[in-house]
Amino acid sequence: MRYALLIYTSAEAETEANAAMSGGALVGHNDEHGAWVAYTRALKDAGALIALERLQSVETATSVRLRGDERLVTDGPFIETKEQLLGFYLIEAPDLDAALDWAARMPHARNGVVEVRPVEPQLPLAQIVAE
Amino acid sequence: MSASTDGPVEPTERPSASGEPIERAFREEWTAVVATLARRQGDLQLAEDAAQEAFARAAVAWPRDGAPAKPGAWLTVTAWRIALNHLRHDQFVVASADDLAESQALPTSDHDEVATQFEEQEEALGMEDDRLRLIVTCCHPALSLEARVALTLRYVAGLTTREIASAFLLPEPTLAQRLVRAKRKIRQAGIRFELPAPADLAMRIAGTQRVIYLVFNEGYSASGGEQLVRVDLCAEAIWLGRMLRRLTPDDAETTGLLALMLLLHARTPSRQRADGRPIPLAEQDRSQWRQDVIAEGVALLDDALQLRAPGPYQTQAAIAALHAQAPNFAATDWLQIALLYRQLARLSPSPVVEINRAVAVSMADGPRAGLAVLEPILASGLLNDYAPLHIAHADLLDRVGEVDAATVAWTRALAATENGALRAELARRVAARTSNGQPDATMDNAQ
Repeated sequence: MRYALLIYTSAEAETEANAAMSGGALVGHNDEHGAWVAYTRALKDAGALIALERLQSVETATSVRLRGDERLVTDGPFIETKEQLLGFYLIEAPDLDAALDWAARMPHARNGVVEVRPVEPQLPLAQIVAE
Repeated sequence: MSASTDGPVEPTERPSASGEPIERAFREEWTAVVATLARRQGDLQLAEDAAQEAFARAAVAWPRDGAPAKPGAWLTVTAWRIALNHLRHDQFVVASADDLAESQALPTSDHDEVATQFEEQEEALGMEDDRLRLIVTCCHPALSLEARVALTLRYVAGLTTREIASAFLLPEPTLAQRLVRAKRKIRQAGIRFELPAPADLAMRIAGTQRVIYLVFNEGYSASGGEQLVRVDLCAEAIWLGRMLRRLTPDDAETTGLLALMLLLHARTPSRQRADGRPIPLAEQDRSQWRQDVIAEGVALLDDALQLRAPGPYQTQAAIAALHAQAPNFAATDWLQIALLYRQLARLSPSPVVEINRAVAVSMADGPRAGLAVLEPILASGLLNDYAPLHIAHADLLDRVGEVDAATVAWTRALAATENGALRAELARRVAARTSNGQPDATMDNAQ
């Protein structure tokens, strides 16, 4: 089964996580970057890693809504909350417990929340991707 | 598959139209079939439907053909075939003639032979393990607590949706929806009917204990509704506790939990007046306490303590045992109880534990000492809506002679309580005070 591991973080923790995930030159963050590398490699070696992306920070977000014929474009994320989406991993795991184990191993899990949600299997739309 | 009747008979059996022991045995067979099928199929809904149909067929076939040599295996094999049939139809696979014949009811002798083989296979896999898998799955932390309770009572205890709804004072459709959503989550999120890895098993067992204790507590001191004690839920919780103990005999807290429930349940005959009003522990007629149940509880507690793995349930059971063995309220070993509450506060800290400790301290060291323990909780304002806090506070104020302050506290207790029986009792006491200004007899939290 495929699972999305959605990584949520508060703004302060996000700044640190940003640097750590991208291997930035901030002092003291090399260890944490190393932890992310090790985690991602472990997923890869286990054949569980399908995809991962880190979203740029919430200040770079723009939201689009349609109201009738009018297109409303606003600065900022979908919803202003303390916790924002940092990024995600898409993984393959045999069951929920295995996916939860991976989520718990994520370096981020110590500071924020990882939401684990199954991906809709065999979605016809998604199959267009592979064409 | 045997109906379990280990230990003394439950204090109360559920009444039924068909006769009490039969219904319990029926429910055990049903849940055993569901457990095995759920493990094989990984689908609780399918397991439930197939079991239902198998039992319906038995109701027709057994009176006609005679009961099979191995009824449990007959039911499981039949349900298994029904389930296979459903799956085949879903996948639009055309059944061969053999398959069709297989899925129909066979002559009893053939069925017995297949049933024997099936049972031998299953025994190798461990049929009891299926029950553990099922209960641990129903109590998976990915499910909400209320979903876990509903699933456990439905599929492990075998209560009907209506029975569960009535026990928790919910409309039946609400409970039914809760079960549907829970089963859907199990399927869609990929929760497997497998025992968790050994590293996780202890935590999952703890989660299961929590569900069982919640059911017991709901029955013991009903939070809403008119009755103080809903005996059915207590009996179910004890049955679940016995089963969990059979499945995890080396888990000290599992045994401790069962001991605790039995020791509390033994007091049931003395806890309510005829009109349903609660009787506080200080006034209960201890001659009505079930001594055989107390004896079993004490023996189980000893077993648990031998395992040298202390925990909150064992500590609470030790407190309950001290009450159970005391001839009366005054002659109780309050000092030891106060110490045990302190130990409990370390293991499982909570303001509720502190309230109970305050009462025990007040009995051992006097009401002012008890008030000192309550001070920080009252000041924090965290439990303003918790009636037992105000009851304890009011009682202690009465005992030091601060009658007016006590009346205020009794009134706050009344305002904070939703249970009809307890409300009636508190209202009566408040009315009695304001009419003659005299404080009433000790109303203890601990019941």
